[in-house]
Amino acid sequence: MKILVINGHLIDPKNNIDGQSDLLIDQGRVAAVGTGLNADDAEIIDAAGLLVTPGLIDIHVHLRDPGLEYKEDIISGTRAAAAGGVTSLACMPNTKPVIDSAPIVEYIINKARRHGSANVYPVAAISQAMKGDVLSEMGELKAAGCVAFSDDGVPVVSGELMRRAFEYADTFGAPIISHAEDLSLVGEGCMNEGEVATELGLKGIPWVAEDAATARDIMLAEFTNSRLHVAHVSTRGSVELIRQAKARGVKVTCEATPHHFTLTDEAVRGYNTNAKMNPPLRRQADVDAVRVGLADGTIDAIATDHAPHHYDEKNVEFAVALNGIVGLETLLPLTMNLVRDGIISRQQAIALMTCQPAAIIGIDRGSLEVGAAADITLIDPELEWTLVANELKSKSKNTPFGGWTMRGAAIRTLLAGRTVYQR
Amino acid sequence: MNFNPKHILGIKDLSAAEIHFILDSAASFKEINSRQIKKVPTLRGKTIVNLFFEASTRTRTSFEIAGKRLSADTINISASSSSVVKGETLEDTAKNIEAMHPDIIVMRHSASGACDYLAQRLKCSVINAGDGTHEHPSQALLDVFTIRQHKEKIEGLTVTIAGDVTHSRVVRSNIYCLTKLGAKVRVAGPRTMLPPGLEKLGCEVYTDLREAIRDVDCIMMLRIQRERQGKTLIPSLREYARFYGLNPENIKLAKPDVIVLHPGPMNRGVEISSQVADGPHNVILDQVENGVAVRMALLYLVSGGEPLQQN
Repeated sequence: MKILVINGHLIDPKNNIDGQSDLLIDQGRVAAVGTGLNADDAEIIDAAGLLVTPGLIDIHVHLRDPGLEYKEDIISGTRAAAAGGVTSLACMPNTKPVIDSAPIVEYIINKARRHGSANVYPVAAISQAMKGDVLSEMGELKAAGCVAFSDDGVPVVSGELMRRAFEYADTFGAPIISHAEDLSLVGEGCMNEGEVATELGLKGIPWVAEDAATARDIMLAEFTNSRLHVAHVSTRGSVELIRQAKARGVKVTCEATPHHFTLTDEAVRGYNTNAKMNPPLRRQADVDAVRVGLADGTIDAIATDHAPHHYDEKNVEFAVALNGIVGLETLLPLTMNLVRDGIISRQQAIALMTCQPAAIIGIDRGSLEVGAAADITLIDPELEWTLVANELKSKSKNTPFGGWTMRGAAIRTLLAGRTVYQR
Repeated sequence: MNFNPKHILGIKDLSAAEIHFILDSAASFKEINSRQIKKVPTLRGKTIVNLFFEASTRTRTSFEIAGKRLSADTINISASSSSVVKGETLEDTAKNIEAMHPDIIVMRHSASGACDYLAQRLKCSVINAGDGTHEHPSQALLDVFTIRQHKEKIEGLTVTIAGDVTHSRVVRSNIYCLTKLGAKVRVAGPRTMLPPGLEKLGCEVYTDLREAIRDVDCIMMLRIQRERQGKTLIPSLREYARFYGLNPENIKLAKPDVIVLHPGPMNRGVEISSQVADGPHNVILDQVENGVAVRMALLYLVSGGEPLQQN
């Protein structure tokens, strides 16, 4: 079964391709790239006016499966991914039970293969049950198919355990993903500390809670000469710490979320629980710093921290609402806003969502050379649409962008040559 | 002018004219409280639910008396006897009460924003009797009413609010209320008790109590909330009293006719010494007395009452 994508504008940052080009798919793999391709027996996809890119890769997703399927599961979550143009994602281990044993890794991979609309790469826990006491069985977890280790959402408090985690994960060639947060500084905080929190009478989370933890983990990565990936960087200080660390050769990468480069803590006004997440929405200066970090290459990937929660978990008093928002279906338009704002180039935007995150978790995806899996997203970067929360493919509708006019959308998403979404 | 708000959620939403209107209405009601028969039929047939999710003696009693003196039926519900402990959501609790057709729900809740949340979901009126560390509008109104009683005006006064600002719901409401009426507000406390960005609310921020009260017209001492205190904000009550307690010595720095307010309950010997609490400058019991009148005015106005005739 051959598919020929014609008339599109191909962007493949890894291979430095950015121009009109056709693309031939054969048996789920890229068979040829170039102009004037012909294949008599191929299905033709006319991509006139569209960008043809590697399928997008989101390395920070909560699929909630196993155990929390009332929020999301592998089927609904990967369907949301496909609708957002995402063909590969890394899912976080704070499931029930926690992803801390090989059978759970295998369960996720198998269910995604059989029933999913995207490639799913589990991230396993650093510590058993994410309790911060004992290392998880990283060797076996890696052998079962996990791509990285993280106690996302529950930072490892002990410096000693984190040091050993770096060393042990490095033994098996996997990076540590840090949820950088000093919990003693967070306390009962539920939004960014600052004048908005003061006015609303809500307890604040100071930026130093993130900076101090980022600094510790950078120093531990440097000390152990191991790979660190910092999740959802949200502060000016963290961006600067990572920039400095990179300059002196520390093996550190990081990601930023669309909400942290789009919204400030002003969005919390009215006690909007869909503006409650962790890390919290910060000040304009932080948003600006994240944007600069994306532009100058300090930040390596855009990842959504897609965090579905049930209506009942958000329809409560602000202080008790759960943290997080869904993000898979707004990744693309919010990132294209950065291109329109002149922050990053179009090619940079695609790189931040394809080959660069692929490199962080070490997967063979995110580019379109001959022989690569035909994970492809056809993008209309300027298509205008209105976000209606209830129309999201995700089981959960917790988005602060309801009613927003979005620009940019996936028109068609192919997973190994198979169409998994069509607008 | 007439002013019949659906809800009273905070002072931030009120204009100076509306605040004056409430204070003037309260002045008319105050007289009722000194009559032999302290009851008027104004709200006969109305049902008021005092829904208190946090312990409160003063505010709840004040609202209850206010409602009863206006002949409304007042019902008190406290969280300990409610279904919250059984896991019911705030929305469900409130909607169940609403189904019994109360006219006004007066709510105290530990979560900032809880009254806004309720007002968006209920058809009846909601009066905020204190939400988390956000607002406590009736307290600010009775404070300002008391200041006006003693100083005749608010405009041009300098008022210092001192103490545990970070845990206080009274501070925000008072800053809004006083500055809207033309007073200058100073806020004072140790830096650990001063949340960032306070000055954006329109006040000056001090860390030295002596500097903060120099030449001021009014001092409002905030209660050290022992039950809310983490372990890290102050080392001891003893040290706090030494640097941030109001006493017969430091009060001399203020104007000779300074008045001292306290929202209560007081920690004698901590934020305020007994000599000051019982001394000639204190207007603390006036605050309590005026609280009833102010709350009568609020209940009356949200019930759609016409402007009162002075009698």
